[in-house]
Amino acid sequence: MTTLAPSRRQVVAGGGALIVSISLGATRALAQGPQAAPPTPPLPGSLKGAPMLDSWIRIDADGAVTVFTGKAELGQGIKTALLQVASEELGVAMPRIKLVTADTATTPDEGYTSGSQSMPNSATAIRNAAAQVREILLARAAERLSVNVERLKIRDGIMIADDGSSVGFGELVGNEVLHVAAQPTSRFKEPSTYTVVGKPIARVDIPAKVTGGVAYVHDLRLPGMVHARVVRPPSYGARLAEVDPGSVETMPGVLKVVRDGSFLAVIAGREYQAVQAMWALAQTARWIDAKQELPDQAAIYDYLKKLPSRDTTILDRGMIASSSSVHSATYHRPYQMHGAIGPACAVALYADDSLTVWSHGQGMFPLRRALAELVGLPPDKVRCIHMEGSGCYGHNGADDAGGDAALLARALPGRPVRVQWMREQEHTLEPYGPAMTTGVTAALDRGGNIISWQYDVWSNTHSTRPGPAGSLLAGLAVASPFPAPPPAVIPQPEGGGDRNAIPIYAIPNAQVVHHFIPDMPLRVSAMRALGAYMNVFSIESFMDELAKAAGVDPVEYRLNHLDDARARAVVRMAAEKFDWRARSASPRGRGRGFAFARYKNFAALCAAAVEVEVEHETGAVRLVRAVAAVDSGQAVNPDGIKNQIEGGVIQAASWTLFEQVTFDRRQITSRDWSLYPILRFQAVPERVEVHVIDRPGQPFLGTGEAAAGPTAAAIANAVADATGARIRELPLTRQRVKAAIGV
Amino acid sequence: MTQININGRTREVDADPATPLLYVLRNDLELNGAKFGCGLGQCGACTVLVDGEAVFSCLLPLAALDGRAVTTVEGLGTPEEPGPLQRAFVEEQAAQCGYCIAGMIMRAQALLARTRTFSEQDLREHMQPNLCRCGTHMRILRAVRRAAAAMRAAEAVPLRKEAAR
Repeated sequence: MTTLAPSRRQVVAGGGALIVSISLGATRALAQGPQAAPPTPPLPGSLKGAPMLDSWIRIDADGAVTVFTGKAELGQGIKTALLQVASEELGVAMPRIKLVTADTATTPDEGYTSGSQSMPNSATAIRNAAAQVREILLARAAERLSVNVERLKIRDGIMIADDGSSVGFGELVGNEVLHVAAQPTSRFKEPSTYTVVGKPIARVDIPAKVTGGVAYVHDLRLPGMVHARVVRPPSYGARLAEVDPGSVETMPGVLKVVRDGSFLAVIAGREYQAVQAMWALAQTARWIDAKQELPDQAAIYDYLKKLPSRDTTILDRGMIASSSSVHSATYHRPYQMHGAIGPACAVALYADDSLTVWSHGQGMFPLRRALAELVGLPPDKVRCIHMEGSGCYGHNGADDAGGDAALLARALPGRPVRVQWMREQEHTLEPYGPAMTTGVTAALDRGGNIISWQYDVWSNTHSTRPGPAGSLLAGLAVASPFPAPPPAVIPQPEGGGDRNAIPIYAIPNAQVVHHFIPDMPLRVSAMRALGAYMNVFSIESFMDELAKAAGVDPVEYRLNHLDDARARAVVRMAAEKFDWRARSASPRGRGRGFAFARYKNFAALCAAAVEVEVEHETGAVRLVRAVAAVDSGQAVNPDGIKNQIEGGVIQAASWTLFEQVTFDRRQITSRDWSLYPILRFQAVPERVEVHVIDRPGQPFLGTGEAAAGPTAAAIANAVADATGARIRELPLTRQRVKAAIGV
Repeated sequence: MTQININGRTREVDADPATPLLYVLRNDLELNGAKFGCGLGQCGACTVLVDGEAVFSCLLPLAALDGRAVTTVEGLGTPEEPGPLQRAFVEEQAAQCGYCIAGMIMRAQALLARTRTFSEQDLREHMQPNLCRCGTHMRILRAVRRAAAAMRAAEAVPLRKEAAR
């Protein structure tokens, strides 16, 4: 047993926290000395950043259990999965556990809820903390009841000895008992004995969402709350030359027009009064466009490739070789938007020289730093509390709305100010998923196997998240603007534009170069799967092209290049459930496609097989059915995994078939859903099947982003199968398909 | 003052008659179900029933509602006693972020009020105005079919009892 059970002396001393920390400090000091024992392994998951057990789990004297996570519910079901993990290891029923999500005043700082990392980081921390808390309580119960630990069982927070005597969690804890540092390893329950983890437990947040409960920051209604709307510039970087607030200030309900440089907004008593005042204010505003015009959309990929880039070779294996069978291809992906159904919203209250902001952003701690700088308060005077929003799928307008609300609350101290963006603001101002280009050349041996692979990816950054105040729209607009931070590379192994750019296949000679383009003509940032969507689309499209050149079935071709047993299992599962048979012919106008990836090359494994129908006369592609297989490690909530993969398949189908941001030389033109169409019900496939491969006892791998790339490539491969035309530029619109098949 | 029947209760609303119903529901009546999505009638997040018909509440001014009956998702049931559609959405776990779901339920309610029997194509056509970004469509469709089946079954029971008598 490796858990930390404080001795009676430490507990009796009452100042257990202090004593324990001192003793651990001493251990660390010793460990650095010349006779150091082997270094202790790192703490698992997010325990690294918040090592005290009571940062994660608190138990009150009445037995009430509270679990804390620095991660946020984004609609991915994380609340439920974290509660399952805590419930399982603690031995307390889920309904009796309260979960507190990202709040700078109460929870650990776990950075952003992104990258499918909530399960690997937060659930791992909570699982370890819960197991260690359980062991501490068991040891204390054994002492209290004068029995051996082995004779104790836990039933919903009560420890019961085999002689019938019992003691509750709450009777054994003052808070200081859990104020101890976590250990690197824990004694976990045997996965075969799980009663909560691995079960498709119903999501805890859904009942409120289907009955009109307060479920989102949009629903927050504080006493005395007022409403605001921001007037945004018509183009990137336009400056406000003049405005006539006088006519608006006398409109019904208007409390204040706020102008700070080019930041222009209005606060009113009622929401629709604020909307009307915003429209009126916009009529009186005159803007001066920035000197820099936007690039020509028709030539965007050439334009981006000609910009200066910082090049990094992220894989260099063997020697690039040639053969009699060499193949090359270039792929493109346009700017695409997150397109949250609910525009960004935040509520802020500025009172007594401190600021509280309720936000649906993905990182409350980073947002706090940005807002503190924006309003000129020390960070400890700013509190950011996460409340759910409309699904974000990455960095959308949520943080910016937090900045807007902060400035407006400072302008009207003592009154909670709610601000929500309009549809066209979300569509034109959110940071998009970057446009990207990839190029690949491969050489095959006589048997058709890949002997050499050269791959290049050109991309902007995939994260401009806060960050400093200059990463917020409001921070850039104020009279004394904050500098925009320089765009940064997200290094391997996660990668940004180069996420999943390294092929997972066994290829003896391979080189991969990431061309990082710092200049950003359009505002861009993290969108679900980052560069993996495009890199997997490219690699998996190309694998099909190579399979065709080699005359090998595409599934078999992938298996020929895959060594990893879990990868092979996922590929086989998807193929089998799809009823994929080598060399079977599709009916006319129909095609099938396959693709596989392991997200980030170390997270969840996902394979997708799809069937499409292409209407010859129009080029319209219909996704008929999709079958996906996924291995996310130990499956905590199999239905949650299915929901994420189903959603990932359908969202990626929408990106792949329909979506591109449009712009002219002055401004973004895809301002609403009519100009940026996404998938609607009549384009939904007949069937989507998800098969989860559970791996009990294996680490949690996360799921949210695993399906995006494989779905895109599987669809493109199916279109090629149906039409004979290989389309290497996204999206696969009917115009593009029609042009490719020459009708 | 405008009088509207909201979820079976007559309510007096003191707001500018030009105010779209959505803002009245959310702010004056403190009902959270209908959501602001686009304000343009393109996404359906604000869908409610007016005299039984599914409408975009973001487009309909208060002035057009005097004396008419409005039903929101709050009028269909509560977490403790959910209506058939709400129950089916929970049973199918038909939500991810859930922002669109109240609108989806209300759009589906308009269909189920008219008929419990429909083809898959009818259902998809009927749901076409409402957008979901999380890709929960398969579960939403399943939930509507499940609710329809449950309602058909519930209606069949009294008939059988009648017959037995």
